[in-house]
Amino acid sequence: MIPTPDLSHLTPKDYETVYEPAEDTFLLLDALEADADDLKDLNPKICLEVGSGSGCVTAFLGQILGPAVLYLCTDINAHACRCTRATCTHNKVAIDSINSTYALALETRLNHSVDVILFNPPYVPTTQEEAVLAQDSRSIGGAWAGGAGGMEITNNFLYCVKDLMSPSARFYLVALRDNGIPDMRQRMLMEHGLRSDIVLQRRAGREHLFILRFVHDEQ
Amino acid sequence: MVRLITHNLLACHVKGCTSNNFPLQFQDVSIEIREAEFNPDFLRGFIPKIEWKALVDTARQLGDTSLPLEPPEMLDDEFLKNLHHVLLEVHVEEGAMICPNCNHRYPISNGIPNMLLAEHEIA
Repeated sequence: MIPTPDLSHLTPKDYETVYEPAEDTFLLLDALEADADDLKDLNPKICLEVGSGSGCVTAFLGQILGPAVLYLCTDINAHACRCTRATCTHNKVAIDSINSTYALALETRLNHSVDVILFNPPYVPTTQEEAVLAQDSRSIGGAWAGGAGGMEITNNFLYCVKDLMSPSARFYLVALRDNGIPDMRQRMLMEHGLRSDIVLQRRAGREHLFILRFVHDEQ
Repeated sequence: MVRLITHNLLACHVKGCTSNNFPLQFQDVSIEIREAEFNPDFLRGFIPKIEWKALVDTARQLGDTSLPLEPPEMLDDEFLKNLHHVLLEVHVEEGAMICPNCNHRYPISNGIPNMLLAEHEIA
């Protein structure tokens, strides 16, 4: 049993602008724990979390994989970057926190180089306008407002994630039933050659949450 | 924390800026040195991912001349300890990174680089 990272240094004020770990976060932690042995066998060199928020997930992954890994975390929200850094320091995981949209500043150099990619996107279906405004304002809404089908932010990353993935990489994505999961999986396979499995699913209140794991189809 | 291992992975991504956009040049930086656990296996595995010249030039710009111009064939402990220090123990806390091609300025505050671009700058 891997302990949930200690977040006692974060305050209600932090959670006004940064997503507080909730059922979706914990489902992703459970999926990583279930895959812990396989992840260690992968002997990863570089892990990347996009939209790291509180930093809870990478701090947890750091406990699974240990210090001989480069952990990179990005978030569009500068305060989230600071919280990620504080959480990982607090839990003794060395990471680099980067204030960036998706992984745009890293894509050139990390071409086919990242071994583990984590993304808990804003997946709640909203209007397109609400999703765009939330991203532009770098506010808490950016952590959940997902636009049409809850997929607008996710789709932008799905479009380029393959180029980041090393040959044996694993990409974990949090999604809702409402996001149209069968269609998304089919599209990723046909258009990007990424095969996927459902690692875990759980109903939490109104949300039916899924953790998807993508790998290169030739794997 | 902008450690040099991460600096070695960041490139300018302004629309149309696709050549000579790496490595970003540090400007007006303040640096902290923080000890990290030495792990030779990690370093050996990471060397192929490093743009070596960019790393050496950047380290020298920051006053560290311990790395050779080419990575040596024999990765002895002395070399690996120097590499460990440069990659993982030098933290750039404040300052900026400038694109050598388009001069875009990426500020660093509290050890976090701001790589965000305005809407019209995104490719």
